[in-house]
Amino acid sequence: MEAINKESTLQRLKNYRKHPLSAILFLLVVVSAVITLTVLIALIAYILIKGIPNLSPELFEWEYTTENVSMMPAIINTLIITGLSLLFALPVGICSAIYLVEYAKRGNKLVSIVRITTETLSGIPSIVYGLFGYLFFNIFLGWSYTILGGALTLAIMILPLIMRTTEEALIAVPDLYREGSFGLGAGKLRTVFRIVLPSAVPGILAGVILAVGRIVGETAALLYPAGTATTVADGLMSSGRTLAVHMYALLNEGLYMDQAYATAVVLLVVVIGINALSGLIAKKVGVKE
Amino acid sequence: MKEGVMKIVFLLAACMSILAVALICIFLFANGVPAIHKIGVTEFLLGQTWKPSNNIFGIFPMIIGSIYVTAGAVIIGVPMGILCAIFLARFCPEKLYKIVKPAVSLLAGIPSIVYGFFGLVVIVPIMQDLTGTNGKGVLTASILLGIMILPTVIGVSESALRAVPNSYYEGSLALGATHERSVFFAVLPAAKQGILAGVILGVGRAIGETMAVIMVAGNNAVVPNSIFSGVRTLTANIVMEMGYATDLHREALLGTGVVLFVFILIINLSFSALKRRNH
Repeated sequence: MEAINKESTLQRLKNYRKHPLSAILFLLVVVSAVITLTVLIALIAYILIKGIPNLSPELFEWEYTTENVSMMPAIINTLIITGLSLLFALPVGICSAIYLVEYAKRGNKLVSIVRITTETLSGIPSIVYGLFGYLFFNIFLGWSYTILGGALTLAIMILPLIMRTTEEALIAVPDLYREGSFGLGAGKLRTVFRIVLPSAVPGILAGVILAVGRIVGETAALLYPAGTATTVADGLMSSGRTLAVHMYALLNEGLYMDQAYATAVVLLVVVIGINALSGLIAKKVGVKE
Repeated sequence: MKEGVMKIVFLLAACMSILAVALICIFLFANGVPAIHKIGVTEFLLGQTWKPSNNIFGIFPMIIGSIYVTAGAVIIGVPMGILCAIFLARFCPEKLYKIVKPAVSLLAGIPSIVYGFFGLVVIVPIMQDLTGTNGKGVLTASILLGIMILPTVIGVSESALRAVPNSYYEGSLALGATHERSVFFAVLPAAKQGILAGVILGVGRAIGETMAVIMVAGNNAVVPNSIFSGVRTLTANIVMEMGYATDLHREALLGTGVVLFVFILIINLSFSALKRRNH
């Protein structure tokens, strides 16, 4: 910490006796940090301890039946929807970040509008995304419950995240790289795609991983556009539930608490893995999350 | 040639977020506002009764419910969050920081359905034992939401605290104040605006949270008369009934969505305004 104000523990304790207010403040700060950590540990430990014994192999069978509420179809649907959402959101997010960082001039009006709208998008709650997805895809376009509609809804939802992390990664690329490339006679486009973008890949990747975390954990935004069908979606235009939606459905039916515990374990493990991975990448490239 | 085309492609991509916001606004308002109009603005917003089977659609209990639960989450989550941010920014040894910081971001990454489940199987039974009620209600939902907004409040407050020039802290020390006094009475006030922005962001999270709240709030569509009685939020109202609602009922739920969306827009705009003033 700070180089100044170093003191031994003993001296500190002595000082606290002289300054009761400081002692109280110190205690408050430490206690709140301890409580925060305790809540997290309690949550993870509780779900793992209660859930792992319920992780039976039958829960990973290919077919979902009312006797065996297998989560395998939901896992596959989650993978499909994650892939689709990224497929839509990544090109758009990266291209708009390129525009904002590499092309837009300072004080560009459009840039400030884009900033306001992305801030708005990141503040919209998932249930509103769900309602919009339902109104747009199911009612306006006349689709039934489809994983395509769900994936597109989620693509809009993760767009601000992808844009922000890509922007930060592009800004972090030193201007020397660009100047060197221009100096060798490369055009702007070539510089962006050959020099700037490759150097920004790790930062973009960290953002993508965070986005995957959002998608995997999402329930409310998928409930209406994608529906709750228990089978693996056969084609983009059929319904399918993701793992989080599966868990919501299990809790809603109220008959499958043990299986809900097991699903919670899988979700939690995925999320912890994703967080660790994104932290690792972020640390490697020194990009702030 | 290629350069020009690609520049337009980038420009169009940048416009997608504008298009998305525009579409969301248009579709929500175009579907929800006529419904509110049909029911009657005052009857809809101030009506005390929600009885879809009798075509009575008053969402006042849900508006109050959302406000109560959010206020509760702020009371529980904000002081904890700010103190925790102070810990991270000014008290935490570097080694510990490497554990606590990822833990906080993990807290942000846990899906809301898992939070809801945790609330249902852990917090609700505890509240049952403590209060003798069925355990679901304003207080339970507030506690759970308070936990859920922690990472938001912590994250924004911490960066606000770190942005305060170190000379504030050093100046206070030089005047003879202790470490704690310097942090709380010199650094903290200087970070006030940034922390407020974090609180606003947390409020937005809390008011828009759906899946966790629905598990622990009890979901009675009446104005709660104590902190232990069941409560239904705007978000819960939509999720619970959207699956089977038809005609005017469905439109009333879309109207509920519009009210929620307006709340969120107001919160977002004040957050953006505050952020801009800081810079």
